[in-house]
Amino acid sequence: MNWDKFIVDGLKHGDPLIIGAVVSIVLVSIAIVAGLTYFKKWGYLWREWLTTVDHKKIGVMYIISALVMLFRGGADGLMLRMQLTAPEMKFLTAQHYNEIFSAHGIIMILFMAMPFIIGIMNVVIPLQIGARDVAFPRLNAVSFWLFFFGAMLYNIAFVVGGAPDAGWTSYFPLASTEFSPGVGNNYYAIALQIAGLGTLMTGVNFIVTILKMRAPGMTLMRMPMFTWSTLITCIIIVFAFPVLTVALALMMFDRLFGSQFFTMTNGGMDMLWANLFWVWGHPEVYIVILPAFGIYSEIISTFSRKNLYGYKSMVASMAIISLLSFLVWVHHFYTMGQGAAVNSFFSITTMLIAVPTGVKIFNWLFTLRKGKIVFTTPMLYSLAFIPIFTLGGVTGVMLAMASADYQYHNTMFLVAHFHYVLIPGTVFAVIAGMYYWFPLIAGFKLNERQGKAAFWTIAISFNVTFLPLFFLGLDGMTRRQYTYSAETGFGPLNLIATIGSVGLMIGFALIVYNIIWSFRHAPRETKGDVWDGAGRTLEWATHIPVPVYNFAVVPEVDRLDAFYFAKKEKRSLFKDKIEKIHMPSNNGQPFILGAIFFFWGFFMVFSMWKSAIVAGIGVLILLAMRTFERDHGFYIPVDEVKKTEQSYGGDSV
Amino acid sequence: MKIDNSLPLEYRNEENRFRIIGFWIFLGAEIVLFATLFLTYFTLWTRTGSGLTAADVFVLEPVLAETFILLTSSFTCGLAIHAMRQGLIKPTMWFMGITLLLGAAFLGIEIYEFYTYVHEGLTLQTSAFASSLFVLLGTHGAHVTFGLLWGIAIMIQLKREGLNETTANKSFIFSLYWHFLDVVWIFIFSFVYLKGLM
Repeated sequence: MNWDKFIVDGLKHGDPLIIGAVVSIVLVSIAIVAGLTYFKKWGYLWREWLTTVDHKKIGVMYIISALVMLFRGGADGLMLRMQLTAPEMKFLTAQHYNEIFSAHGIIMILFMAMPFIIGIMNVVIPLQIGARDVAFPRLNAVSFWLFFFGAMLYNIAFVVGGAPDAGWTSYFPLASTEFSPGVGNNYYAIALQIAGLGTLMTGVNFIVTILKMRAPGMTLMRMPMFTWSTLITCIIIVFAFPVLTVALALMMFDRLFGSQFFTMTNGGMDMLWANLFWVWGHPEVYIVILPAFGIYSEIISTFSRKNLYGYKSMVASMAIISLLSFLVWVHHFYTMGQGAAVNSFFSITTMLIAVPTGVKIFNWLFTLRKGKIVFTTPMLYSLAFIPIFTLGGVTGVMLAMASADYQYHNTMFLVAHFHYVLIPGTVFAVIAGMYYWFPLIAGFKLNERQGKAAFWTIAISFNVTFLPLFFLGLDGMTRRQYTYSAETGFGPLNLIATIGSVGLMIGFALIVYNIIWSFRHAPRETKGDVWDGAGRTLEWATHIPVPVYNFAVVPEVDRLDAFYFAKKEKRSLFKDKIEKIHMPSNNGQPFILGAIFFFWGFFMVFSMWKSAIVAGIGVLILLAMRTFERDHGFYIPVDEVKKTEQSYGGDSV
Repeated sequence: MKIDNSLPLEYRNEENRFRIIGFWIFLGAEIVLFATLFLTYFTLWTRTGSGLTAADVFVLEPVLAETFILLTSSFTCGLAIHAMRQGLIKPTMWFMGITLLLGAAFLGIEIYEFYTYVHEGLTLQTSAFASSLFVLLGTHGAHVTFGLLWGIAIMIQLKREGLNETTANKSFIFSLYWHFLDVVWIFIFSFVYLKGLM
């Protein structure tokens, strides 16, 4: 067997960064294995995590993976900024720069933002609707492991074979075998496919969960806003992800089997890729932003001590956004020659999105109006989000104008725009959500003083990093250019941006310190409603940390924010008495299925057909095992529920 | 588990009701998947390069046979579910078996069709038209193949356990899948073959 194809070029050429990456990956892997063996934690890991079907634990695993990916993608971003600090830098080669900006985009969108959002959904949604788990707990585990192993497959590309280098959009003909002959873009086609299948299943799972498992009395218009945003997001997932599935499959056929979809000869059409990619890609943007809107709605309402202003218009605007999100994809390539009429249509639909989004911004402002605002860490992120995101949104409207876009297209102005919407939009939201809902899982709050220090570092550094990019873009600096000459005059603003990016790194490191410190020193909470009794939704109605069955008795809801009004009127949402509770049993098959998919993907990437077929048969065998299995879960007896409830200090309600 | 005895067997417990609605939503995703493949085909079908065109390779007779066979299998699949609703295990098994045999016959003709195309010089690599044709038909064919394996697995379970909440639920969901494949084929027959022959 020829092992040469597995070795990346950087290693052959002795690139110190690649060697460093390889060595650190090997060392960390050895350390993890050695640590687990030394502390005898393999059994614990398998029983409590790898085989779990509990939505809370799956959510935690999503969030941990997302945090790891945040640092991986963040390190990429930092390297890009290092390379651009001054004219003619020699930090990265052009090829390495291409690989890193591709990785930065793919990882941050698909392996950081998405799983972070889905992780928070997993933890919060069943609790918010008063359910004991999601509709399909086992499928939920499958979703996670497909995402996880897809992400792992993508991440080994850097050290085994070669990384994708055609940008996160992988436009053809650049991404074809003719212009990207290595295995890098095979990784793109296959790793994203595996992770995408997991996401699609999550979409189906949460739609059924939200439609069918709400607590008695919780009509659709009594659902918390985060639940609404998740429902709408999942509908987008179900309708957008199959397009990605097809696009990636066609890419795979072109690259591995010589088909002619996106080629330059024999009738192939490279623009078809751009269209398919963005028919998925634009809704994808809303998949990561709408749940963020939901998170902000919850936090702003809680810490303004008021109900959310304009509940119905919030729901309607999200529905309209989700619809419009499928009608704007061409604005990503105005300059590629579809003509004035088509560009005008997509220009108008794009600008229309500003209307429902504006409605939401004003609703948050009116929620704040005359509220008793409490400046907690999650609230600070939410308050910072409004003006920064608006700046991102307004520059988005500028970009939406097709004729003007000929000036900005693929410049740093665009880069600044999407960082201005995605970071305050999604990243601030998931961090705010993590701080807000952290006690549900951990039983304590993250230290507020450290949290606020991290917030200010991040919020200021963010603007220092990305504000200069608007001006660089208007001056004509294009995106994805790996170096520039001193005569361009891009130097000073780039230097400022790089300084900002170092600040961002410090800010995120502070969050990690905050988490570790709080695990050791933060005072443990004794009652469920931890934010000074200001909780409005059902996740605060149970104990903290939330017991495995979530609610000893299923709550009954009679209005929006029922928990808040029940507290005010001193009545209980829990009317039934404790009964035995049905639970799904743990199972290792989802993990194994994910692992087999990983190997299948790896063999496909390297065109090792026989091994790939064997792995494919392995997948079928696991599916067969599932259909022949008869596992009806188990019951937690009443005594045990009562005992658990007492351990939280007395009566359940 | 909430059990409602007024409902048909496959809907009776809550988990199984979730499975049915979940599968409907999954079929929604499948519609988008096939819609994307159809749009790809419609975009590329005249782009034959220097290779053969649709009119060169399409022949009506085998495709018409495929259509009748698959439509019939959808009918027998419906009969299987009808028998299941009446609690009759034997006809359920028979009609399921006939459904799968018809599915296998369909697949046989499709493979023969592919063989003919390749023999005449139209392969996946020939042109954008050929690629989109093979991937659209192949995706449908792969779904039918998976359906055959799935159907066999369900028949084994019906044989072992008879009709109960679990097997009835599985059979019902399988029938949704099978009818869906039939609908997709009607679109392939009309808008790929008939349009290509015109």
